[in-house]
Amino acid sequence: MDRRTFLKRIGIGMAGMTCGGILAPGRLNAQGVAEETEFLSILIDTTRCIGCRSCELACAETYDLPIPDIEDDSVFKEERRTTETQWTVVNRYETDKGTVYAVKRCMHCNQPACVAACLVKAMKKEEEGPVTWAENCMGCKMCAFSCPFEKAVLETHSPTPRIRKCLLCWDKRLVKGEIPACVEACPTEALVFGTRRELLEEARTRIYQHPDRYVHHIYGETEVGGTSVMYLSAVPFEQLGFRTDLGTTSLPELSTGFLYAVPIIFVLWPAFLLGVHRATQKEED
Amino acid sequence: MTDKQTPLQKRTLKDFIAFIIAELKPRGKIFTPFNIITAPILALGIILVVYRLINGLGSVVTEAPGFPWGIWIGFNVMVGVAFAGGAYVLTFVVYILRSEKYHPIIRATILNGFLAYVFYAGAIFLDLGRWWNIVNPLIGNKFGVNSVLFLVAWHFLLYMIAEFIEFSPAFAEWLGLKKIRKILHSFTLGAVIFGITLSTLHQSGLGALVMMAKPNIHPLWYTEFIPVLFLVSSVFAGLSMVIFEGTISTRVFGNQLTDDFRRSYDDIVLGLGKTCAAVMFVYLFLKALVLIHGANWSLIATPMGYWYLTEVVGLTLIPCILFLRGFRDRNIKIIRMAAILTMAGIIINRCNYVFIAYKWYVPLSERYIPSWQEVVMALTIVFAHIWVFRWIVHRMAVYRKPPAWTIKEDRHAA
Ligand code: SF4
Ligand code: SF4
Repeated sequence: MDRRTFLKRIGIGMAGMTCGGILAPGRLNAQGVAEETEFLSILIDTTRCIGCRSCELACAETYDLPIPDIEDDSVFKEERRTTETQWTVVNRYETDKGTVYAVKRCMHCNQPACVAACLVKAMKKEEEGPVTWAENCMGCKMCAFSCPFEKAVLETHSPTPRIRKCLLCWDKRLVKGEIPACVEACPTEALVFGTRRELLEEARTRIYQHPDRYVHHIYGETEVGGTSVMYLSAVPFEQLGFRTDLGTTSLPELSTGFLYAVPIIFVLWPAFLLGVHRATQKEED
Repeated sequence: MTDKQTPLQKRTLKDFIAFIIAELKPRGKIFTPFNIITAPILALGIILVVYRLINGLGSVVTEAPGFPWGIWIGFNVMVGVAFAGGAYVLTFVVYILRSEKYHPIIRATILNGFLAYVFYAGAIFLDLGRWWNIVNPLIGNKFGVNSVLFLVAWHFLLYMIAEFIEFSPAFAEWLGLKKIRKILHSFTLGAVIFGITLSTLHQSGLGALVMMAKPNIHPLWYTEFIPVLFLVSSVFAGLSMVIFEGTISTRVFGNQLTDDFRRSYDDIVLGLGKTCAAVMFVYLFLKALVLIHGANWSLIATPMGYWYLTEVVGLTLIPCILFLRGFRDRNIKIIRMAAILTMAGIIINRCNYVFIAYKWYVPLSERYIPSWQEVVMALTIVFAHIWVFRWIVHRMAVYRKPPAWTIKEDRHAA
């Protein structure tokens, strides 16, 4: 190998490194959305919910989804999950303190796994807090795979499927300055809308004023780094079908270590390989 | 099968087209048992692929809410890419460490690796709900640079190019393009270095992919070291595949093998077996560390724990020991058996992360179980790979000696 070929080969290695620079992550999501902006949020007080399902109806009307029959009590027989046509579902739970209703939907995580997972930024955490979806999605379902609440759902039965989930009425109402349809529809104010900070204060006040009525935990305050949908309850949250083993670390943080290592490996590895290649060269070459 | 490609010096376009058409014709016996079994599956699979692309995922895939990924990702992509790991390991050994010993199998391994990426990374396409948007992360219809999948997708693409360059001299020989071969040949080292780097990153990247799903993955499988475990296991997964592939290829393509190849083949397999054993030992050591560190002992005595032991003891530790024995006794049979067990272990391991140990708490009745269409399509991908591999081996210098003119040229270049 003469000097020219050697230089050429080095050149290829260098090109590889630059490429690595481009492909390596710049700003990480975990950092990007971690700053406590005033996310818009919903506080759900399950002690006030009467299971009327008005929110389900309001949601369906806002987003042109199939209108549910809210008179039909049989839906409570089984715990339902959100689907591509039902973004918010009220479930009934038999608990230590009798029957409790809890409405489930996308939690609009502060540092959403679904957003960090998306390779085309179709999933987006709006600065105001809602987690939204856009048409440039590939349908890879990486968001669904990563969501700890099973709330990002791909419409499987469509040839042009979309990820369907609660958008906090971002595009239909929030941008016009209106509050989410479900909050407006709730007859008992089990749902309240506001900034996350306000709602946390409100939730703490309620617990403080009625220490016997609530368990002393706000679900969503710290779960997976905090969520914008938060719950109050009279009974431990396991009894309402919530996962209580999620921990407080935000999920995107789990892969940042790997992503940080990428550019380093991209620079050091080729150099090392080239070095070994030179070192193993036989004399007569 | 005669080697008829004495390269024509000056070729007109017409000759060239005639040559390609002649080469496209099948060679060898048509009605072999393998063909008779795979052809109908391939035909059905191709129809299903078209059907699925037109009618959407729901038309063929089992509906299991909460299980977004099935065997296409778990088996085809995750396992396929791990099995393709042989290419980067062997290019490292042959081109970086300059070990002549493994040279005879390098081309077959690179070709296999390249095709594995084309077909198995290509299997992602089947699983994309909005497949027409597949170019978005490449053309920048938003770069999700913070996504591990974004990184993996780019690496797949670049690695395919690198592997193609590594294999391309054989292509040029086939077409008799002397000048071009010379140029392509000079790219090899660059492609190798680039390829190994990419492989290191995306083999571990596939592991990093599932990390955000921590709450969904059984604690016996979840650890911060998933990327390292994936990388290390891709080494012995890939080499086991090389052993397995060699077992079959040496029979099927027996008439193409050079004497050199025959003479050294046993030593090659023994060497591969020894390497597998060593790497598996490292892997098991890591696994043990993770288990002790995670203090998950109590979980071992649960059904998922037994499943864990099946994978780690039954399909990793035992083949590791078999590899060692096979190497010590110079027993190729045992090494082959070990390779097959190892491969089974890898299949289970990767599928665990995607849909078995994933959401382990969901009862069986609501779990993901692949539909027959998914299975047929998964097999179609595997068979398509084998068919194309066979087609190329019959035409290009993969196992047989490259044409005489190349040897002269290489000596000249060196
Ligand atoms: S609940 Fe799931 S879908 Fe909703 S923001 Fe969090 S990760 Fe995304
Ligand atoms: S399915 Fe769509 S939104 Fe979800 S991660 Fe993939 S590209 Fe992003």
